Parts: sequence; C-alpha cells; structure tokens
Amino acid sequence: MADILRTALYLLISLFVILNYGLLLNGLVRKIVARAHGRVGPPIWQPWIDILKTYAKRTAVTHGVMFFLGPVFRLAGGLGTYLFIPAIYGSVVFANLSFSGDVLLVMYFIFFGQLGMALGAGEGGHPNSAIAVGRGLSQMTSFEVPFALSIIALAIQYHSLSITEIVAAQQGGILTWTIFTNPLATFAGLFALLGMNMHSPFDIVMAPQEVPIGPPTEMQSSFLGILQTNRAIFLSAKLVLFMNLYIGGATNIFAMMLKTFMLYMLSVVVGVSFPRFRTEQSIRFFLGIPTLLGIAAVIIFML
Amino acid sequence: MTKETKHNPTILENNGLQEIERDYFCDARPEQSRPLAKYIEKFLNWARANSLWMLGFGTGCGAVELRPLMTARYDMYRYGIAPRPTPRQSSVFIIGGYASVKTTKRIIRSYEQMQQPKFVIALGSCPINGGMYWDSYNTINRIDYYIPVDVYIAGCMPRPESIIAGFDLLKKLIKDGKAEGANKYIENLDWYKANQKKIIKDWNMPDYNW
Repeated sequence: MADILRTALYLLISLFVILNYGLLLNGLVRKIVARAHGRVGPPIWQPWIDILKTYAKRTAVTHGVMFFLGPVFRLAGGLGTYLFIPAIYGSVVFANLSFSGDVLLVMYFIFFGQLGMALGAGEGGHPNSAIAVGRGLSQMTSFEVPFALSIIALAIQYHSLSITEIVAAQQGGILTWTIFTNPLATFAGLFALLGMNMHSPFDIVMAPQEVPIGPPTEMQSSFLGILQTNRAIFLSAKLVLFMNLYIGGATNIFAMMLKTFMLYMLSVVVGVSFPRFRTEQSIRFFLGIPTLLGIAAVIIFML
Repeated sequence: MTKETKHNPTILENNGLQEIERDYFCDARPEQSRPLAKYIEKFLNWARANSLWMLGFGTGCGAVELRPLMTARYDMYRYGIAPRPTPRQSSVFIIGGYASVKTTKRIIRSYEQMQQPKFVIALGSCPINGGMYWDSYNTINRIDYYIPVDVYIAGCMPRPESIIAGFDLLKKLIKDGKAEGANKYIENLDWYKANQKKIIKDWNMPDYNW
C-alpha cells in the first residue's frame, strides 16, 4: 500500500513539473518568435493566465456524451504518453511507470488521443472540425510510418523495446547516442517529430486563417482548458520521448530541459522558415525521404 | 409545443423556426451567472482582464484598424490580447464599424454563442450613433439597443492607439467587476429580443443561439 501511495505521489510531482515545463516552453517560444518579428511579445506567463481564464469561464455548452469524452480522451492520451516514459534516467521520482515494453504502449498512446479528439470534435458538428479531423488523421497516419520504422530500427539495434534500456545503452558519452550510432533512424524520427509538433510546414490541421483552429472549433470553457492542459503535457512528453530515443536521455532535470528545449527549437526554426504544406503535399513528403531513411535504417541493422 | 409550455417563462418559443426544425434547437432560456466569492472572483477577473481573446469577425470597415494592432508597431500580444477565430472561445467582441441589418443578425448569433463572461467593444462612430450612415436604409444606428456594450471607442476611424486605450479601459472595468454585460443581456432578454426582431424581418433562427 505504501508503495502505491509513494508511486502516486511521485507521479503527481512528475506531472506537475512536466505540465509547468510545457507551459514554460510555450511561453518562451511565443516570446522568441515575437522577438524574431521585432515585437515585444506576450509575457512568458501568458499560457498560465490563458489556462486560468479558460477554466474560469462561467458557462459551457455541450453537444453530447462524445463531446464530453473527446477532451478527456485527448488528456488521457497525453497523460498515457508521458506516464510510461522514464523522463530522467536513474531518477526515482521521474521514472514514472516505465516497464519493459513501454515504447510500444507510448506509440499507441500518441495515436489514441487524436482518435478520441476526432470523435469529440465530430459530435460538435462544426464543418471546420470535420475537415480538420480528416486532414489531421491522414497526416498522422503518414508520419507514423517513418516514426514506426525508426522505432523498429532502434528495437533491432538495441535488442529491446524498453525506453530505459535504450537510454542505458546510450550512457557511454556523446558518441554512443543514437544520433551518432544510427543517424538514419534518428533523422526519420526527427522528421516525424516535425509532423507531430504541428508547426509549419505541417500545421494544416490547426491552419490558422484557413480552418480556424481546426478540431477544437466548438470546444469552449473547461473543454478547451483540458485541451490546453493536454497540449502542454503532450508536447513535453513527445520531446522527452525523442530525447530518450535519439539523444541519450537525461540524468538530471537540467540536462532534460536543455535537450528538450533544443529539440523543440528544431520544430520552431523549421516552423518560422517554411510555409505551410497542403495535406497531400505533407503526406507525399512523409512517405518519401523520411520513409526511405527509415527503411534503410531497418535494412542496415537487419544485415 | 403543448399548451402548458407555451406559458412557461423558462422556455423560449422559437417562433421563427418551422415546426419541423424546432426539435433540433435548444429552447431553454439562458440564466444569469453568479460571480464566486469576493477574493476568488477578484483573482479570476485579473486573469480574464489579462487574457482577452477577441473574436476575429470584422463587421465593418473599422476592422481595418484592428490589423495594425497585430503588427510589430502596436503589438497587442504584449497586453494579453489575441485574436481567436471562433465565438465559442473568444471573450471580447469588437463591433468594427457600421452594422448592416444583415450583419446584425450574425452579430447576435455570434454574441450569443460566446461563453460568459463576455465583453463588447463598439468601435467607431457608426455602432455608437449611426455615424455617416445614420439615415441609411439598411444599417442600424445604435448597437447597444441589440447587444449590451461595455466600452465605446469614438472616432471615424479610431487610431490603433485609441483601440489600445479602449482595451485598457475594458481591463479596468473587468478588474473592478463592472463588466457584467452578459448578465444584463439575459436580465433584459425580452427587451433586446423585441428590438432585434423589430429590425430583422427574416428571423429564421432560434430565439437564443446556444
């Protein structure tokens, strides 16, 4: 019993840290992009105020049971992704619920939230939601291909499906990181990360000015609050996963923050440099070079 | 609709809809929302004042003055103001200039779809007193006959600086707990609805757009 309580306490601490870290990342990036535009930009704590404001709305309108469950599934997807990844290698508090086959479960959870959201957004009945859900799911199935190939290559390379073991194998200095031992799989995975983070050129799903804000068009008040909370958790969960898989994990919280920030800046820099792809263009892109890189990585490590 | 419900004041009649359509729309009357305990509400009002999402619905020519607000010169983001493309998520509605009768119908629909608390800024002379369109056959003269307004920004057109000053005033009102336009609208719903139906002849929507 004491064990369970201790694990629960550690999970809550871990979640609290990662939620605030995700919000901090959002605030920082907004500030950085604003400075790049020559603006002052919103204060760094703006994401906290936005979330508070959204939860503090006095009324909410629902469209049915699935509309309720959409944000809940989405949050479950974000929590599930994060809680099965060991965030800091060797830390008891941030080990979360990692076990020997966790990378498969995490891959499933990354997909799960989006499917739940698709159902919830569908019941909202707004045509823009339906369009954006169609775009989102087709784009997601295409970047899952290089991502899955990259994971398969890693599983063959390290003979393991456990994130902890994959991180442990990379602890012998910079040259043991996957990015140096298996660059093909790393680049396939990083291309998939660009798609997952949904910054430009892969932001056709949210597509501001086009299908305004995409699937959550009808979501308001605490429904939107849950989605904003999830956005922070899910963002840092994805970054922590990629840090663990490709750039050697982290042994303390500062290394974790530095590495995930650098990974996120990859998306941000690509995002501010390139214009938006249409859906079929991004599908063609993911099924092109990233997939070939993934296949090559798998073949090389099978030989 | 049965005879009992016809005289029930908690249910809207939705007379503008055809009989067959009435099942698809909610006919409940909206209720006023109460603020929470004093200090909690003060804190939440601070958050509301510092995160103003305005509805990106340019209802008239005044909307052209909202664009410069987003640029590096005026940069509204530093005040916590951001555009939001859907009424469900936005909290500030800016009536940007003259409102034709056709647009007023959309303004009412959008306003009612926003979640409380919600605030309205009337921008420019036209929504305040008609401005240069005061004797036009198809524009309304005073928007506050149709939806409650919190802040008026006069001018034709007001410069972005005046809009920022208007936002500052709105923030002050919100922090003081005086921006309760949504409750005023619900309290006087019958008066507002009578005014709206007087000018909108093709009323083919429910009495309250949930």
